[in-house]
Amino acid sequence: MEKETCTFSYCAKPAIVEVECDLLILGGGMAGCGAAFEGARWANEKGMKVVMVDKAATDRSGAVAMGLSAINTYVGENKVADYVKYVRNDLMGIIREDLVYDLGRHVDDSVQLFEEWGLPIWKKGDDGFSLDGFQARDAGKKSLKEGGTPVRSGKWQIMINGESYKVIVAEAAKLALKTNREKTGMDQNHFERVFIVKAVMDTNGKNVAAAIGFSTRENKIYSFKAKAMICATAGAVNCFRPRSVGEGMGRTWYPVFSCGSGYAFGMQAGAELTLMENRFVPARFKDGYGPVGAWFLFFKAKATDSYGEDYCTNKEYFDDAVARYGDYAKGLGTAIRNHLMMRAMKDGKGPIIMRTHEAMQALGAAFTEKLGEKEGKKKMKHLEAEAWEDFLDMAIGQASIWAANNIEPDKTPSEIMPTEPYLLGSHAGCAGFWVSGPGDLPGTPEHYSWGYNRMSTVPGLFMAGDVVGASGHKFSSGSHAEGRIAAKSALQYILDHADYKPSPKMSLDEIAAELYLPFEIYEKHKVFTTDPVINPNYIGPKALQLRLQKIADEYFGGVATWYMTSKTMLEEGLKKLEMLKEDAAKMAAKDLHELLRCFENYHRILSVEAHARHILFREESRYPGYYYRGDFNKIDDVNWKCFTNSKYNSETNTWEFKKVPYVTMYQ
Amino acid sequence: MPSFVITEKCDGCKAQDKTACQYICPHDLMALNRDIMKAYNQEPEQCWECFNCVKICPQQAIETRGYSDFVPLGSSTVPMRGTDSIMWTIKFRNGILKRFKFPIRTTAEGSIDPYAGKPAPDFANLNKPGFFTGPARAE
Repeated sequence: MEKETCTFSYCAKPAIVEVECDLLILGGGMAGCGAAFEGARWANEKGMKVVMVDKAATDRSGAVAMGLSAINTYVGENKVADYVKYVRNDLMGIIREDLVYDLGRHVDDSVQLFEEWGLPIWKKGDDGFSLDGFQARDAGKKSLKEGGTPVRSGKWQIMINGESYKVIVAEAAKLALKTNREKTGMDQNHFERVFIVKAVMDTNGKNVAAAIGFSTRENKIYSFKAKAMICATAGAVNCFRPRSVGEGMGRTWYPVFSCGSGYAFGMQAGAELTLMENRFVPARFKDGYGPVGAWFLFFKAKATDSYGEDYCTNKEYFDDAVARYGDYAKGLGTAIRNHLMMRAMKDGKGPIIMRTHEAMQALGAAFTEKLGEKEGKKKMKHLEAEAWEDFLDMAIGQASIWAANNIEPDKTPSEIMPTEPYLLGSHAGCAGFWVSGPGDLPGTPEHYSWGYNRMSTVPGLFMAGDVVGASGHKFSSGSHAEGRIAAKSALQYILDHADYKPSPKMSLDEIAAELYLPFEIYEKHKVFTTDPVINPNYIGPKALQLRLQKIADEYFGGVATWYMTSKTMLEEGLKKLEMLKEDAAKMAAKDLHELLRCFENYHRILSVEAHARHILFREESRYPGYYYRGDFNKIDDVNWKCFTNSKYNSETNTWEFKKVPYVTMYQ
Repeated sequence: MPSFVITEKCDGCKAQDKTACQYICPHDLMALNRDIMKAYNQEPEQCWECFNCVKICPQQAIETRGYSDFVPLGSSTVPMRGTDSIMWTIKFRNGILKRFKFPIRTTAEGSIDPYAGKPAPDFANLNKPGFFTGPARAE
């Protein structure tokens, strides 16, 4: 096929803005906000410039955009080493224990700051019942920092009134950035609605010299030159064909706007990936993807098949799981519970039912017994509100689905369902980059640390949040804390490399031509057909996404095959994916919105390629319930209790894979 | 639940410095039709139903309707977000009405002073565990 180039013969050339700074933060979610808050404080003292770029409005960007009903990582009265063991169990035995421990020893400070900034946190009342954030304040309950007792839904989770969680965290970050502007004299250091497309390497062949992107609001492109960068963008969603078919395709579990930009950024810079075969397939309330955590842990609801049997205790399923997956099955982590649920579904015992009504009735009876009829009823009403808030804080659509289907959770149970696969590294998954650990923890092997905490294998390129590999279960609070850890470390890097001056390998004109190529292609060819949507000369953003989703779903273990794949299927799918990648050179966009969608989907394609190639490399089924290698349907610790690392060379379009030894640091 | 804009209520945020829904949507969905100065959801199949456009609209011109591929008609979920609380009114298909009020923040909007009362950073600790606020937890 003829290669398309942009000479601005058809589309108009945009304005080009070059921004120079010391520390660049990519993404304004929890990790980015953490990096801005911590980073500005240190940078201000040395007059260093900190810049944050967000593709959306920071008040409502990232995975916490809608809000949350719980903070899933607060160590509190527990031991950090136990947090490491819990994460290791849930992620099937392979995690970077140094990163997870480091996270655990830092995370509480961020949670305590959130409360100080105004996030309402539930507290335990004197009668043992829960008080919401206002009731706790009015009752004079101590803050977490002062030793107040939060309401635990699980060992690590605390309940919050989190509708404005992100707004509050963003406010602190934005004000922190403002102090940095005042100290350094920069006009602007917080860019919203600027989408970063790729990394541009330095002429020294080692560093990333610039991050380039475009405004989604005006014809303007940006080149951010920085001495160090923190990649703090999200995981990858809607890469696999979702279960929904129409409008509901947007009602993903993780945010639909998470498009793998962070994976793509690091991959294009040649940063080493780890465990990209990992994915998360959450079992959630069907269609609305409402959270189940509080129902299981807080309301003590049971999930069963339609015959009332707890599929986790089915002897046939369980024995088979132990035979294939060994002791990992006995840990009953999230993946294994999914696996057992799927066994029941495949035997036609669905739908799987969350027995909300029985849980609520049992709690109601306990309240009446303890408090009498009148007080018990009052508590029950509070409990009902808590159940609804769980959805209204973080998955509002699930509340709407209940209302539309006349489901009152205290009377009617609800269906749960495993979703399409998601790629991420901060929730219950661990797909991401191989980064340096803190290095100070006893028993850290040499290959876990190369000087700068959370730095990738590319000098000066740091990672935080979803894109850090082998370190899941950070969630919102952990991502914020990790952004702060990365910011300190990146500033240390900048101070140690004071002579470094970024020198991007591409000229500003070359950058503009690359970013606006989809406009040029569209304008050049659009008149060839009467309807520009159907045109043989280019591919639009929707088609890019649908082709990707179909390939991923059918060949890489999506819902179409019950998450099953194999060497032969992966290889066939990768052939098709390679052609899609070639066709991406003919992406066409009619406006800035489509330009955004084009590059978002290109980032998804790269993320999925890494995912599929990693599944191919790991010849076992490490994550049953998330995906299966039909040709190696067992866990094989002898050969595969290790990290699987890869490096993508974007210039030659080639991959290198290797195994990296696992080290147990906490027995 | 893709959001939709009620024609009669939307005034295109003429009096504001920016179109509120367009500003806040995390997925760049809300657009302004400049011919009629009214907003619309340009890609409903990409809507995450985060309700941020609904909550921010100064005219209360934005609501949501169930996804056409799986949600029966007839219910509604309507928030009213204040400065410290949010009120939800949920109408079931069969007419049942539920109202809830939840706290959203304990401080005034814009009142955060990020570094007030916090220790100054000590550069001797920059490459050690811990934050400028204090050392990391040790066990």
